[in-house]
Amino acid sequence: MEGRFNWAGVIEFLPELGTGLYYTLLISIVGLIIGFILGAIFGLGRISKNKIFYSITSVYIEIIRGTPVLVQAIWIFFALPLITGFNMASVTAGIVVIAINSGAYIAEIVRGAVQSIEKGQVEAGRSLGLTHNQTMRYIVWPQAFKRMIPPLGNQFIISIKDTSLLSVILVPELMFQGRLIASNHFNAVEIYTTVAVFYLFITLTLSYVLRIIERRLDVQ
Amino acid sequence: MIKVQDLHKKFGDNEVLKGINCEIQAQEVVCVIGPSGSGKSTFLRCLNMLESITSGDVTVDGHNLKDPKTNINMVRTEVGMVFQQFNLFPHKTVIENIMLAPEKVRKISRDEARERGLKLLDKVGLSEKADQYPSSLSGGQQQRVAIARALAMEPKLMLFDEPTSALDPELVGEVLEVMKQLALEGMTMVVVTHEMGFAREVADRVLFMDEGIIMEEGKPEQIFSKPTSERTKEFLNKVL
Repeated sequence: MEGRFNWAGVIEFLPELGTGLYYTLLISIVGLIIGFILGAIFGLGRISKNKIFYSITSVYIEIIRGTPVLVQAIWIFFALPLITGFNMASVTAGIVVIAINSGAYIAEIVRGAVQSIEKGQVEAGRSLGLTHNQTMRYIVWPQAFKRMIPPLGNQFIISIKDTSLLSVILVPELMFQGRLIASNHFNAVEIYTTVAVFYLFITLTLSYVLRIIERRLDVQ
Repeated sequence: MIKVQDLHKKFGDNEVLKGINCEIQAQEVVCVIGPSGSGKSTFLRCLNMLESITSGDVTVDGHNLKDPKTNINMVRTEVGMVFQQFNLFPHKTVIENIMLAPEKVRKISRDEARERGLKLLDKVGLSEKADQYPSSLSGGQQQRVAIARALAMEPKLMLFDEPTSALDPELVGEVLEVMKQLALEGMTMVVVTHEMGFAREVADRVLFMDEGIIMEEGKPEQIFSKPTSERTKEFLNKVL
């Protein structure tokens, strides 16, 4: 069995895998930043008394939660241009997919965290003469944010792993590069193992950073 | 200071307040007593619109709360409130709890807010706790901070919603002491309480509420010594 796998040979493909890693990180970071903004807006929509805002939010969340990411990616990249007549670069489409997909889940995280803040906190703020917005900003949001961090970390990790599905819409990310290399050089074991290690490296680093943030915020 | 006319409050089909009428003068200390479920807390919470008013009129410091032109946030700056569960902001230190509203609502400077906060902490006997978080304080201390926080807005009127009900018995005294001091300084106060001793000693007037109306009202000595209503007698027999 000796010499059956050529692990040292992986080094040769590191530039390609590096490019893949770059796109995976780019799409994850940009996608999740936009996803967080969407999540914050729609999370507040989900608890809004404004019926129109509430309905739009609910429809958005239900559609995204009820369909697979893979379908969303393919629909946005292949179907949407046929409707709008406007072509999107695959990387852009990838960012859009991650953003709107994570946004829906983050919206639910935001809603849950905000609703978990005791009603007495809002009442105390309002009874002091703070406006609704001031109460949200200075009292509810800072406390809710702290409670969001663990589920948010979960969602970030899920979304990072979801980027691997974007290989089907030709985003040159890690999985895409891995498949390209493996099919040309017949080294599936070495390459896919390396790809898996790369993903693990990203997610473990993120878990570690989140644990530090959690501990920092818990000083009291 | 407060004028309440035929105040009704419904939660769905459940009518909790069934026509409250009363007037409270400036510098008066009024204690509201009565069995649980009698609507005392709801009545108090209508006075600063934490509960919306179903019908009737509530006028506080010349502002009709139901008038759409009334800026409720402005009225609330004049009406301090202390809650049963303290409701301190757990993510802020004691002094930050006190400084928040004066800074953001009254728009006074940070230094001025801090100075005012420290003075009030001194008044409630907690100056050394300024930079601690509420979670490290006892219930009695938390409630005294909550009183200081309300006073920092320099309100004309203070509402107390069962301020000692969530406290261990040995911590009740320190909170009542602060409230008594406040009463002696001439603060207008409406206090929903189960502390009959406090009501008897400090109140100018006692309202006995039952089933959503004010059954009986009068000077404490009259309510406690010779109540006229059967319901009042029954209630006092149980609690005294």
